[in-house]
Amino acid sequence: MTEGWLGLLPSEGPVRLIDAAGVATGDGTYELPDHETLVALYRAMVVGRRFDAQVTALTRQGRLAVYPSSRGQEACQAGTALALRPQDWLFPTYRDSVAVVTRGVDPVDVLVNFRGDWHCGYDPYEHRVAPQCTPLATNTLHAVGVAHAARLRREDAVAVVLLGDGATSEGDTHEALNFAAVWKAPVVFVVQNNGYAISVPLHRQTAAPSLAHKGIGYGIPSTLVDGNDAAAVHAAVSGAIASAAAGGGPALIEALTYRIEAHTNADDASRYRQDDEVAGWLERDPVRRLAVFLSSSGVFDAAGFDAEAEGLAAGLRTRMGTDAPVSPSHLFEYVYARPTAALARQRADALDLPVGGGATMDGQEPGGRGIR
Amino acid sequence: MSTVTERAGQVNSAVHQPVSLAGALNRALGDALEADERVVVFGEDVGPLGGVFRVTDGLAARFGSDRVWDSPLAESGIVGTAIGMAMNGLRPVVEMQFDAFAYPAFEQITSHLAKMHNRTRGRVGLPIVVRIPYGGGIGGVEHHCDSSEVYYTHTAGLRVVTCATPSDGYRLLRQAVDSPDPVIFLEPKRRYWSKETIDLAVEGPELHQARVVRPGTDVTVIAYGGTVETALEAARIGHDEGYDLEVVDLRSLSPFDDETVTASVRRTGRAVVVHEAAGFCGYGAEVAARLTEQCFHSLAAPILRVTGYDIPYPPPKLEHQHLPDADRVLDAVSRLQWEEGPRHG
Repeated sequence: MTEGWLGLLPSEGPVRLIDAAGVATGDGTYELPDHETLVALYRAMVVGRRFDAQVTALTRQGRLAVYPSSRGQEACQAGTALALRPQDWLFPTYRDSVAVVTRGVDPVDVLVNFRGDWHCGYDPYEHRVAPQCTPLATNTLHAVGVAHAARLRREDAVAVVLLGDGATSEGDTHEALNFAAVWKAPVVFVVQNNGYAISVPLHRQTAAPSLAHKGIGYGIPSTLVDGNDAAAVHAAVSGAIASAAAGGGPALIEALTYRIEAHTNADDASRYRQDDEVAGWLERDPVRRLAVFLSSSGVFDAAGFDAEAEGLAAGLRTRMGTDAPVSPSHLFEYVYARPTAALARQRADALDLPVGGGATMDGQEPGGRGIR
Repeated sequence: MSTVTERAGQVNSAVHQPVSLAGALNRALGDALEADERVVVFGEDVGPLGGVFRVTDGLAARFGSDRVWDSPLAESGIVGTAIGMAMNGLRPVVEMQFDAFAYPAFEQITSHLAKMHNRTRGRVGLPIVVRIPYGGGIGGVEHHCDSSEVYYTHTAGLRVVTCATPSDGYRLLRQAVDSPDPVIFLEPKRRYWSKETIDLAVEGPELHQARVVRPGTDVTVIAYGGTVETALEAARIGHDEGYDLEVVDLRSLSPFDDETVTASVRRTGRAVVVHEAAGFCGYGAEVAARLTEQCFHSLAAPILRVTGYDIPYPPPKLEHQHLPDADRVLDAVSRLQWEEGPRHG
């Protein structure tokens, strides 16, 4: 009787393939990704970290309205994004810009939202990346819907949704886990447990032994991984995607990590956590540990990736140095598939254009401003 | 993609037996599922049971569980997963079992369903219909009788429509399923069992249009959903009292059909708005404001509202006190500052 659900339990300790010192530890379940994959993970993390640092700097210079940093969580985000196949979907949150950039979205398009130009700057269908979601946990249900539709349409595609420790307290997460399990939807939940929901530490968020345990009650196999080990994240997410694609249903992966920066540029993390806690996590840096491992394992040219990252940063400084034009007409254009008569009138009013037909006021002169 | 009109031609439109509103909506869903394989129907109890009001009766057996199915009991989950399905090529029609049970889905509706098209500058459309049985008059206990329309009409990006008759229910639902925009489809519960001989035509007023259901010359009575029949009853009684009432069925609450309604009010010079929901910040306030702004010089009297009181929906034995009836409509009509009595008395 118990055998069925024992398989759903997370491992006792987090899955770790390369430890903080850069030494391969081995794991009974997952194999270390091949050299080519590890190099790709390293490259994505180096480029992602440089992207993140440059955007943080641009935010301090006033070029962006707000930016939630990914620093410290590169292994979770690169490891997840690179585990996806081209036909799979990624559902990121606002903190997952590095995952979105890793997936191939133009970094400047990613920043359209944080620059305040528009709510989403990329075509979600181009790279199969949903808009970065702000209301926590709401995107988990969208991922389940995309996945279920893929199954109904006999399409070989898996949806992977990123969420945080705080989001696991939201009702939508629980509805999504339940729907996914009942429908056997090909969806993977990747929980980046970075220890804090803005200022609230995990022990005030949940009494569960781990966040991975939250999958079990819904009948979802759940795994705990070292979220600062890109190899472990990649292996676990790849495995879950393969299983989901083969009809095995959903999976939940909790990745233990840490948010090195404050919640956003507008936050002051010193009000709720100590510097020595941050220092401890810097010792477990995801980029350095993979660099150490790769350097010790053979031919590896870190300098080339540093140059690529600097190139990306220089490009960002140039392209983000001037304000992109924003169009007031866009305010009215996309509310509906076609603007309603009322919105057409409001657009004419806002843009100081002549009113074309529609409602008028009694006694109004032709061509004057109409009612909204 | 074929148009609504072309698809309507694919089905037998002659129905000579009287059909209830619930039956007409059932036919609309069946014809929509038949016409477009991307259409799916899911929600609580919509499968083998056929929905608590039987609007999905027989559809699961006819189309199979990959097209029509029971979801777990969670409204946010229903709308949230429908959003994902629409992102991936389907056209979901989902059911909220009752008006007040739709509130858990409010965040998904207002933050995502309404905004995705705008957020992505038109790249991601969400052709989803959220069906919500609404309103009172059926002796329902608490949480089963809310008129929740303005929660949705106040949210840009949603179309909000409501039907009053079986024929129009069929037409509106087919149009809603074919709309590229998300549609909140409000079904007046107390008219579910009203029957008429219907014509299964999709042609007629479009999704965004109001229609004059009874022409008249003295007063425009503006109603929607369950109160259209109330307004028509008032017109029948009012006729004997010397008032010739024109009744407008709004059909589309968002967007609002300024053209049809202002044309009527300019003809009659007087207007009364009738709805079940509370009057304070209710839909009638928007209608009165719009008409005042646009038709001021045509008005002979202030626009009056006949609405539910500003109270939580009452228990069954008291709901008749709350719901507007023909007497209250005619009382408002009589207060429209008639200097020499009704013009057609």
